[in-house]
Amino acid sequence: MKGMTSFFAQRRGIVSAGAVIGALAALLVRWGNPANMGICVACFTRDTVGALGLHRAAVVQYIRPELVGFVWGALLAALLFREYRPRGGSAPVLRFVLGVFSMIGALVFLGCPWRAYLRLAGGDLNGLTAIAGFVVGIAGGVWFLKHGYSLGRSTTMGRAVGWVMPAFALLLLALLFFRVKFTPEGPIFFSTTGPGSAHAPLLIALAVGLVAGFLAQRTRFCTMGAVRDLMLMRDSHLLSGVVAFIVTAFVFNVALGNFKLGFTLQPVSHSNHLWNFLGMALSGLSFALAGGCPGRQYFMSGEGDGDATMFVFGMFAGAALAHNFNLAASTDRVVEGVFVRGGPSVWGQAAVLLGLVVVAAIGWTMRE
Amino acid sequence: MVKLVDARGLSCPQPVILSRKALQEKEFPLEVVVDTVTARDNVSRAMHKEGYRVTVAEREGGFVVTVEKAS
Repeated sequence: MKGMTSFFAQRRGIVSAGAVIGALAALLVRWGNPANMGICVACFTRDTVGALGLHRAAVVQYIRPELVGFVWGALLAALLFREYRPRGGSAPVLRFVLGVFSMIGALVFLGCPWRAYLRLAGGDLNGLTAIAGFVVGIAGGVWFLKHGYSLGRSTTMGRAVGWVMPAFALLLLALLFFRVKFTPEGPIFFSTTGPGSAHAPLLIALAVGLVAGFLAQRTRFCTMGAVRDLMLMRDSHLLSGVVAFIVTAFVFNVALGNFKLGFTLQPVSHSNHLWNFLGMALSGLSFALAGGCPGRQYFMSGEGDGDATMFVFGMFAGAALAHNFNLAASTDRVVEGVFVRGGPSVWGQAAVLLGLVVVAAIGWTMRE
Repeated sequence: MVKLVDARGLSCPQPVILSRKALQEKEFPLEVVVDTVTARDNVSRAMHKEGYRVTVAEREGGFVVTVEKAS
């Protein structure tokens, strides 16, 4: 066990984890997930929120078993390696707010950093604009960190705190497995068209989530920490995992015939560069101030971290707000032979600007 | 005189930031107290990378990372 612990802590451990998760993400598309969306933590959260009926965008409603796997894979790894510890109390309400705005930013871009990397690996060059925004957002977070930003200390908590997310994840799995209908029309809702209708078989998706959750818990794989650590400490440890993730997904995409280079009419995307950039800048700043990307927040919630659980619930609320109030972007499309560029409504644009102000205010005021 | 940094309960990268700040005072050994394996590993890796000698011990449900000048 000690040998395994040391393997995962080394560079070859994080590179292996990144490569395995990247390959699985590309394969998930083959197995049925939407294009360039093998794994998208924000999209999966939005789909799950839709399935619960907390928003009514009919094309994005499906309980994504990958998320259940993320939580339980991380939980099992943490228990097995004696790292499970219920904890919390580090400004949970602010973590909720950061979760809300990270999600609004992500849904203006139409993807979280995981999908930004995967979109790039699938030839969608809007991934580059989004990653540029993401990096700028993280740079803002790094600036706040250098100037004493802290959400305060967490403390060890009672067992119930650590079980909230694993129990919630199990409930979601049960609702999916039994396809529960609370009224004849639903919820639970299942999309019949659009991205929500495209999904890998339940058990495969769950297994992939479990593997990703296990590996990511062991290696601390984080799509935001990769950039932050390089900026803050010139440490490329986590970045090497993300590079392995992108390169492997790219190789698998090419091999599977899922690589298409360009900006416009890419799968579930828009080419409104300004808002791709600003949406992910808001997400990057929110993740940096919360100490982890959306995937890492799920993994930490499985390790017993009640603060990460609050962030995830913030993401749930953010997804509901984004679709109820028309904040999420529309995709590029062709209507009667005419190309229509997608992007956020004026409400979505306003929400991103408001988010940047609110999140920056959190960064500015929470300094010691 | 041992210089002490209490980074318990702080999420990464704050334990590393506090450790690096404390190093500027050039008092050795520096003891960084953390309560997660992630913080322990991150502080150890960062200090090791900067050329210091690092030892780790378990203490009261957490870890003490001791940082000394490489001889």
